[in-house]
Amino acid sequence: MRYSLDFNWLWDGMAALAYGAGTTLALTVSTSVLGIVLSILGAAARRGPYPWLRKLVGLYVEIMRNTPFLVQLFFIFFGLPSLGIRLDPITAAVLAMTLNMAAYTIEVVGAGLDAIPRGQKEAAQALGLRPRLVFFKIILPQAIAIIFPALTSQIIIMMLESAVVSQISVRELAQEADLLQSRTFRSFETYLVATLIYLSMSAALRRLLFAGKRRFLGAGLA
Amino acid sequence: MIEFTFWDILRNLVFATRWTLMLSLAAFAGGAIVGLAILSARISKTRWPRSFASGYIALFQGTPLLMQLFLMFFGLPMLGFRIESWTAAVCGLTFYASAYLAEIWRSGVEAVPRGQWDAAASLGLHRLLELRLVILPQAFRITRAPTVGFLVQLIKSTALASILGFDELLKTANAINNATFEPFKVYGLVALIFFALCYPLTQYARFLEKKAAFS
Repeated sequence: MRYSLDFNWLWDGMAALAYGAGTTLALTVSTSVLGIVLSILGAAARRGPYPWLRKLVGLYVEIMRNTPFLVQLFFIFFGLPSLGIRLDPITAAVLAMTLNMAAYTIEVVGAGLDAIPRGQKEAAQALGLRPRLVFFKIILPQAIAIIFPALTSQIIIMMLESAVVSQISVRELAQEADLLQSRTFRSFETYLVATLIYLSMSAALRRLLFAGKRRFLGAGLA
Repeated sequence: MIEFTFWDILRNLVFATRWTLMLSLAAFAGGAIVGLAILSARISKTRWPRSFASGYIALFQGTPLLMQLFLMFFGLPMLGFRIESWTAAVCGLTFYASAYLAEIWRSGVEAVPRGQWDAAASLGLHRLLELRLVILPQAFRITRAPTVGFLVQLIKSTALASILGFDELLKTANAINNATFEPFKVYGLVALIFFALCYPLTQYARFLEKKAAFS
């Protein structure tokens, strides 16, 4: 059997793929913001004064890190309704992605916080800054600069992992490719194009994040 | 409708776990073999194997595993192979694993002191023999913890084979769920089984990491 590649469908499919890529980016951005906020809280709780809270966050991290994302997604989307929590696909996808990402970034953020010398905190307190300001103005920016590469990788991993939310029919890039190939019958070409779009998105995102880091956090740190 | 008791569900899931295990082992073994080839290309003295290997790694680390699996599933038949979901899943996971393992082991190779290469060369060994007899054993020892860590990631990734229609743990769970309508219980159990497979390995990786930090 000779098979010849055919990309004639591509022109008509472009809009659908662009829409899907947009959804993938929107999922990634919202997940990253929510995930990082959640992991700052989690890292703080992990170092907080309540033993039960420290244990709880630890347990959460272990469970999320040792089970597949797809299973977590199915549990949230199909399983939670039996507890009366019914979520639409997009909310379920953002929730699952955020919870999954936070489990990885809690440790990362925590390592960054631990890497800041105590002297920084004491110096800021000596200047009379309130504890909240010390944390947000002095400790956190330095910690984030240190963990930036790890955080960037995690954001990109999450973007790639988001392809599986197509399985609960969120219309992101993988799902649009799925729909497209069922119309055009050019499965291989469609998935090839979608894969290349993912590849360029992950390369672009990495560049963008590092450019942003130089702009906002300075190049000198870490 | 057939009635499923809790034990029926659990027994079927545990039974399906053997396919998850087999898929993980096959992908790890395949990934190790292909990964070694990619690794030796990556650290070659000639330029084009090096660029090929870094392109290969960038491709597999920069695209979703799901897309890689779909391309395997739809791409291999184009070359004239009739393909089953098992073959597509093993091939896809093998390539995926090889890219990560090559990169993990390369970090180990780079951590081996230069003097070891020189010492091996002074014994008159061929470069590939230097790698096999002197460098790789040390590199493997250094990267034991991340290798076990990646194995955990690989086991979790096998869940994606369910999307290709391969009957591993998650696919079986979907089928049971369609018959019982008890997604909370079924997916909860699946999560527990994956946890039981992965958690000991995670702990082992952590133990290796601590040991490496002390020595």
